[in-house]
Amino acid sequence: MTTAAPPATRTAAPNRPADVIFKAVSTTAGVLILVALAGVAIFLVAQAVPAIIGPLPEDDSFLAWVWPLTFGTLWSAFLAMLMAVPVAIAIALFITHFAPRRLAMGLGYLVDLLAAIPSVIYGLWGIAVLAPFLQPSYVWLAQNLGWLPLFTPPASGTGRTVLTASIVLAVMVLPIITALCREIFLQTPRLNEEAALALGATRWEMITMAVLPHGRSGIIASSILGLGRALGETMAVAMVLASSGAVTFVLVGSQNPSTIAANIALRFPEAHGLTVNMLIGSGLVLFAITLIVNAVSRIIIAKTTVDGGR
Amino acid sequence: MSKRIEVNDLDVYYGSFKAVEGVSVEIEPRSVTAFIGPSGCGKSTVLRTLNRMHEVIAGAWVDGEVLLDGANLYGPGVDPVNVRRQIGMVFQRPNPFPTMSIRENVLAGVLLNNRRMSRSDQDDLVERSLRGANLWNEVKDRLNIPGSGLSGGQQQRLCIARAIAVSPDVLLMDEPCSALDPISTLAIEDLIEELKQEYTIVIVTHNMQQASRVSDKTAFFNIAGTGKPGKLIEFGETTKMFSNPSVQATEDYVSGRFG
Amino acid sequence: MTTTTTAPRRETSNPLTAGQLPAWGPWALLGVAVLIGAAVSGLVAGASGTDFSIVSTVVIGYVIYLVAITVVSQLIEGGRKATDRLVTGVVVGAFALALVPLVSLIVTVVINGAARFDMTFFTWTMRNIVGEGGGVLHAIIGTLLVTLWAAIISVPVGIFTAIYLVEYGKGALSKAITFFVDVMTGIPSIVAGLFAYALFALFAGEGVRSGFGGAVALSLLMIPTVVRSTEEMLKLVPNDLREASLALGVPKWLTIAKVVLPTALAGIVTGVTLAIARVIGETAPLLIIAGFTTNMNYNVFDGRMMTLPVFAYNQYVSPGVQEQAYFDRAWTAALVLILIVMVLNVAARLIAHFFAPKAGR
Repeated sequence: MTTAAPPATRTAAPNRPADVIFKAVSTTAGVLILVALAGVAIFLVAQAVPAIIGPLPEDDSFLAWVWPLTFGTLWSAFLAMLMAVPVAIAIALFITHFAPRRLAMGLGYLVDLLAAIPSVIYGLWGIAVLAPFLQPSYVWLAQNLGWLPLFTPPASGTGRTVLTASIVLAVMVLPIITALCREIFLQTPRLNEEAALALGATRWEMITMAVLPHGRSGIIASSILGLGRALGETMAVAMVLASSGAVTFVLVGSQNPSTIAANIALRFPEAHGLTVNMLIGSGLVLFAITLIVNAVSRIIIAKTTVDGGR
Repeated sequence: MSKRIEVNDLDVYYGSFKAVEGVSVEIEPRSVTAFIGPSGCGKSTVLRTLNRMHEVIAGAWVDGEVLLDGANLYGPGVDPVNVRRQIGMVFQRPNPFPTMSIRENVLAGVLLNNRRMSRSDQDDLVERSLRGANLWNEVKDRLNIPGSGLSGGQQQRLCIARAIAVSPDVLLMDEPCSALDPISTLAIEDLIEELKQEYTIVIVTHNMQQASRVSDKTAFFNIAGTGKPGKLIEFGETTKMFSNPSVQATEDYVSGRFG
Repeated sequence: MTTTTTAPRRETSNPLTAGQLPAWGPWALLGVAVLIGAAVSGLVAGASGTDFSIVSTVVIGYVIYLVAITVVSQLIEGGRKATDRLVTGVVVGAFALALVPLVSLIVTVVINGAARFDMTFFTWTMRNIVGEGGGVLHAIIGTLLVTLWAAIISVPVGIFTAIYLVEYGKGALSKAITFFVDVMTGIPSIVAGLFAYALFALFAGEGVRSGFGGAVALSLLMIPTVVRSTEEMLKLVPNDLREASLALGVPKWLTIAKVVLPTALAGIVTGVTLAIARVIGETAPLLIIAGFTTNMNYNVFDGRMMTLPVFAYNQYVSPGVQEQAYFDRAWTAALVLILIVMVLNVAARLIAHFFAPKAGR
């Protein structure tokens, strides 16, 4: 084997102008995306600086102001994931391995429909249907399990608690996680599945032997992706959650933490002066959190699908 | 219409890996030359360097000369697009454009290059090319159906019609029959025999009977082992190559002892 | 897969079916369980004087079924099979659970939205409307204009980026773009709105509101979807076709423009339609940068512009006197929005189905 470098000058043909222009346009479009993303970061930082350095009217520091919101964002997203991930995995398994083949496509489409519904409609549904429906059970929980810190009374009179908001969030991220898990479960090598079945495994044993081990990192990645969506979801939380800005773990009470996104949506339309900068600053915090979360999940996905495709 | 190809000491690389080494061949106009050899010996690679189609593969480059009637394809300032207009290619699997009708497929070389042509000239060209590819009688009543609606053998002949519609000097065929049934294969082989009257034809084939049936000259490529470059072992008259080759490896291969 | 159809339909005992629940077994068990559930919730309702609850019937019935099928299967078929039956029950239950919000939501929106689904609603704006009446014409026009401009920005950028990634891109730049497009899919919509605000505040000063700003925010959300779907479609175009075209002496750009893009066209249009369906319901960024108004505004470059999702939100959260009129309008706007999204989704699927080039082989 000989090593040699391609003679760059020899084979370089005179490029046609149209070819050059077309390639330049395509490259520019790609670079534009990078510029736009950098622009998002730069503009947000520029607008957030006055709030981060300057003295704020109400609180002493930006961090103290943004902390309760950050807590609410993380707490509600965490609760949503707790509910959504197991159900999503089960649904993905149902569609890929339990449902009759001919129905599977249609059933998958039904779950995808959940993703198509605009978030403002989830908000309406959360206030008008889900919150009143759950409110009696919150009262019951506060009465009977009130000794648990999660259910400390008094219970909310409207049902618009952080738990309700999280349930709405869970429904919204469910299709995202399901879709990805479904794809991953379908990629399980047929040979592994057939090997397990040929050993006399039941369907569930085959799934634990072949499907779940194969899909483990995919499940994690898709869950984190769903988490990213839950963290950034705005309207449903803004509408459903009756927030007081408190930092509390109580799920069923009338005092609920707000989230960054919901707080921006509720206050921005009437905001002016330094408040605008404060809200943009909190948006920057949210941007940073979701960026990290998404990057982590993308890295996991990229690592697991090295052989998966191009 | 038909030109001579001269390959002088050609090396082909994929990145820094030397895939083919030291190929020198002279291909006469109006003849059929067959490239044979075991898989991975670089015969398709060499074929692609004859119209610079290897450049489509990332990292592939060549060192050496390919002369078309004395003009070097790899000379400075040569545009591969112009090279390909003179040296047409037919691929392993039939690949008519799925968005185009039979007629449009034949005219693809003209239409895709934004060249203007009157309707009657187009009709002439379509008929001439399809007749040239022995397909006219089978499709003349349905020129406007999608090309992908034809059988595999018909699709391949459509691809040949498409290639000859741009009036190339040379026609390269990369295992044109490997995806076809025996009857379609026979039709293509007959066609090659006719096309020889007008074009210089180079064909890569795995099928030694095919090489002996259609070609005037045969080039045998071989490879010493994985990681080693492929080499041209012997090049000569087909009749001699198959009856009395001068190299032992050629005899082993054509008599079916390996490969 | 759930029923064993291979079992012969003979009454004589087949040794292969020994120790196995009959196919109707689980269904019978489910029926009994639901009946028990109904009985229990009926008793509770009777005792406490509340209404009979279908929810508790289903929940109790489901739990009883899970326990019963596991126990019965354990006794007849053994532990392994019992676990399998339990998991099957759980998995089917999870799927049914996911359909509950979907059905409930759609039923609620349709029932509540029907109240104002009339001509006035589609031909009036909210100018000078207090209480009943009024319509969403201004919001529909706003949504169409903002989405149109978002598409005008993001479709070319998205498609050309995909072309770059598939046809030209190699090395660090293409990897960076792929990675950041993925990251971009995760940008919260409200952050996109803040970005558009921060950008336009530079030129127009604080408090800027315009439909075009909304379009910029939406394109930030739309571009990654367009890039992703177009990229997938371009990758599906067989390399054979590119080579066939190049071998005819067609330059690369014409090969892309006249062979690759037409072949992938149906898929690309489908992807763009789905991307539009995704952003047309976005509320948060438009709340920030497009604002709300009761008036018609045809000029995307100047002034506040109402959009359907913001309209629904605004009517519901800040009703005036005669609350119900505002709520009704919110629900009807939601219904219109769902209809638009569904039509776009169905259209996308039809395009994909009917206009894809017929593959020959």
